[in-house]
Amino acid sequence: VTTLDRVVVVGAAAAGLSAAEALRRNGFTGSLTIVGNEPHLPYDRPPLSKQVLRGDWEPERITLRKPPAFETLDAQWLLGSPATGLDGRSVTLADSRALPFDGLVIATGVTPRTLPYGHALDGVHTLRTVDDALALRAGLRAARSVVVVGAGFLGTEVAATAAALDCAVTVVDPLPAPLIRQLGKQVGELVAALHTERGVTVRCGVGVEGMTEQDGHVTGVRLGTGETAPADLVLVAIGSRPTTDWLADTEIPLDDGVLCDARCQAAPGVVAAGDVARWAHPTLGPIRIEHRMNATEQGTAAAKALLGAGEPFTPVPYFWTDQYDVKLQVYGLPSENAELHVHSGDPGEGPFAALYSVDGRVTAALAWHLPRPARQLRQFVIDNVPVREALATG
Amino acid sequence: MKVLIDQDRCVGAGQCVLAAPDVFDQRDEDGIVTLLQDRPPEAEHEQVREAGRICPALAIEVTEG
Repeated sequence: VTTLDRVVVVGAAAAGLSAAEALRRNGFTGSLTIVGNEPHLPYDRPPLSKQVLRGDWEPERITLRKPPAFETLDAQWLLGSPATGLDGRSVTLADSRALPFDGLVIATGVTPRTLPYGHALDGVHTLRTVDDALALRAGLRAARSVVVVGAGFLGTEVAATAAALDCAVTVVDPLPAPLIRQLGKQVGELVAALHTERGVTVRCGVGVEGMTEQDGHVTGVRLGTGETAPADLVLVAIGSRPTTDWLADTEIPLDDGVLCDARCQAAPGVVAAGDVARWAHPTLGPIRIEHRMNATEQGTAAAKALLGAGEPFTPVPYFWTDQYDVKLQVYGLPSENAELHVHSGDPGEGPFAALYSVDGRVTAALAWHLPRPARQLRQFVIDNVPVREALATG
Repeated sequence: MKVLIDQDRCVGAGQCVLAAPDVFDQRDEDGIVTLLQDRPPEAEHEQVREAGRICPALAIEVTEG
């Protein structure tokens, strides 16, 4: 086991916290410094597009630990001070401080992608942080017409929340169905129907070309069809890019994320975890997963690797999304070439379970509002069973 | 050890049941966590701690002692 004296964790959200706690739990007694670009202690992001945005929960409720747990971690917290560079074995902060380390955890997450226009206007939002969520919440309370650009998880969840707040909502995406990259076309079309039933206008297969404004406030989104969708609030939810600018021109290998081996190691004494990490999953290949479960699990795995006790990190990916009162849960990663099979239930009618297969074997499983049975589907994914065999159990 | 659950926070991921199936279960209708026992025997403690750590909704609180 490696002996470390000074570990710096860059990133103070779910993955960074998980790594810090795992370091302590696995016997690391040296100095521990946690750097966060936001001024907040670690908090949970999934509620930002739902409970916090609706106004059901205040931000205090999403703090990831109660105060005593933060204290027992015995860490130095440097919050609101983004890392700006890496100089050999030392992290540089925006305020020019240098933090020497012999172990480094990179958990800087992702940053929302933006459009080349519109973001300077009042009423145009992105959503990543709790401050973003509070600004969006205030905006939605006053908004009448909302356009959501991008029909991924974030865009569709915010559309559902905005609809519940009685806004007239339009979702626009150049792809043919919502969540198509995450769930495939057939399930994506069911998601579209769910939104349409609730009064949301779903414009898939339609690009966005610009925004209209009056006196510096957005008034609409110009679509590829030549139409303008009226909007007094626009959320741009077109995906994210890994927050790795601060690692440019360093020894850390980057390629749409921090490139890591199977043990989440990017370089000697350097590991990465969470949204920012692209690691060599032994069976799924180099992947980067922007999901809540992965942040916790990979944080733990990366910490163990840093202490020299790491094993290949081989999680069964799990994610969920809440759309209105429907919960979608997925095990594994539905790939574009996967075939969809209904396992039980009736899509379009109510709850159902489905399996995704590649070359006749189960690679992912979906539960559409069947949270308890979802767990049983997981084993099919782990065992990569022939889909015919799995369907016989439906 | 005492286990507390917060059903209002639970997102029905079922990760706790995978970690400690003798301590946690899920309601049929919505997958929300239920407790099978709130003072698990020592043999279950590590699994219960793991369940608390991996819960993606922070819905499990474990008090030692």
